[in-house]
Amino acid sequence: MFKNYSWDWGVFLQPVSTGEPTNYLGWLLAGFYNTVVLALSASLIAFAVGVVMGVLRTTPNRWLAALGTTYVGIFRNIPVIVQLFAWYFVLPELLPTSMGTWFKQLPASTQMMTSAVLCLGLYMGARVCELIRSGIETLPKGQRSAALALGLTLPQAYRYVLLPVAFRVAIPPLTSEMINVFKNSAVASTIGLLELSAQAQQLVDYTAHPYESFAAATAVYISINVIVVLIMRQVEVSVHLPGYIGGKS
Amino acid sequence: MIAIDLLSDITNSLPSLAAGMVTSLKITAIAVVFGIVWGAILAVMRLSSFRPFALFAQGYVMLLRSIPLIMVLLWFFLMVPQLIQNLFGVSPRTDIRLVSAMVAFSLFEAAYYSEIIRAGIQAVSRGQMSAANALGMPYLMAMRLIVLPQALRATVPALLTQGIVLFQDTSLVYVIGLADFFRSAKNIADRDGNTVEMILFAGSVYLIISLLASAGVQFLQRGGRYVKVG
Repeated sequence: MFKNYSWDWGVFLQPVSTGEPTNYLGWLLAGFYNTVVLALSASLIAFAVGVVMGVLRTTPNRWLAALGTTYVGIFRNIPVIVQLFAWYFVLPELLPTSMGTWFKQLPASTQMMTSAVLCLGLYMGARVCELIRSGIETLPKGQRSAALALGLTLPQAYRYVLLPVAFRVAIPPLTSEMINVFKNSAVASTIGLLELSAQAQQLVDYTAHPYESFAAATAVYISINVIVVLIMRQVEVSVHLPGYIGGKS
Repeated sequence: MIAIDLLSDITNSLPSLAAGMVTSLKITAIAVVFGIVWGAILAVMRLSSFRPFALFAQGYVMLLRSIPLIMVLLWFFLMVPQLIQNLFGVSPRTDIRLVSAMVAFSLFEAAYYSEIIRAGIQAVSRGQMSAANALGMPYLMAMRLIVLPQALRATVPALLTQGIVLFQDTSLVYVIGLADFFRSAKNIADRDGNTVEMILFAGSVYLIISLLASAGVQFLQRGGRYVKVG
């Protein structure tokens, strides 16, 4: 299959043909940087939104719970690329004219990054919400009752009793979501944000070495995966509560 | 007024939207079927006591689960044309985007399906396999006739839910320029200059289909019981 293909891994060290003072490896690294910025910012939003919505879904108040359910229902049932296009192409048109114009005058890369961070953050937030909710729901009912009986208010019960344990229960699935946010960040290439997968595609156009370009990007994604798993395992060990499942220490 | 404009925009472009939806559903159907078959094979390999099989399945699943779907689609869009050309001698100019997408989704989703099915197999009680062996069935026969049917039945809701995720993910064929439902909607938007309406419309269609499908899965889970085995 590769008999007519001339492999050249040195292609990454060639200076780019656009005249920028960098080589193709530099482009890949720039893409990697954008991927990391996008994924980390989005995961912060996802965590904040996910915790708030997850808590709402478990509160005794029916309306608050319905708000959480609706949020999850909408954000989990529309493909992420459609959501991204909505943030990037639709929202600026629906904002008040002055805000829309202000947004469209920002540098293009800032517009793309802002839309992508908001989109991924809120999309992943719906998934985090479900993890936090099931984390809270796996706790024995007595924990909530005991906390309230001791005179804690409901917010205090969440803050000091329910959430600290629910977070720990949710760490393994949160690890896969952390990996997912990096993988899903590739969708930002569709609006033109030059993250890792977009740079790989750009390299194909400029170098005519598609296999090397894709292999390099793929290798970076795999490394990101490994690093996330290692970090999260460290987190899991360091916050482990004695007496709970999965006790390694 | 916007609503009326949108309605006429959509009726005018209905044929291409419908064709796009057919493409989306085709990819979904093919990937669900082949993904489950290949996923079941992978799951059995993963649990096999023959180390090379187990390692291959484990490596396959780990690799495909750590790469973004978009990268997988791009890889297959790069490789499938050459493969087809080498294997069947078809001209490389034939439009192979649909085939690439189908192959990519089947192989990609198999990694996810195999994890679901593996959990299902492990949930079948060990006695089933032992009893089948005691009756003289060899391992693969027992797997195929006794364990897998129970495992698949138990995982039907999870497999269907994964199918809904897969249906949404087919919208990512955007990156290889295949005119699925979303791409068709975007093409119409670019032609008619009604981006806002078309994107919101496309989003609503996906939302409604996915919500209805999830409701169907929940109904199956609650009421529509399967015939109990044993």
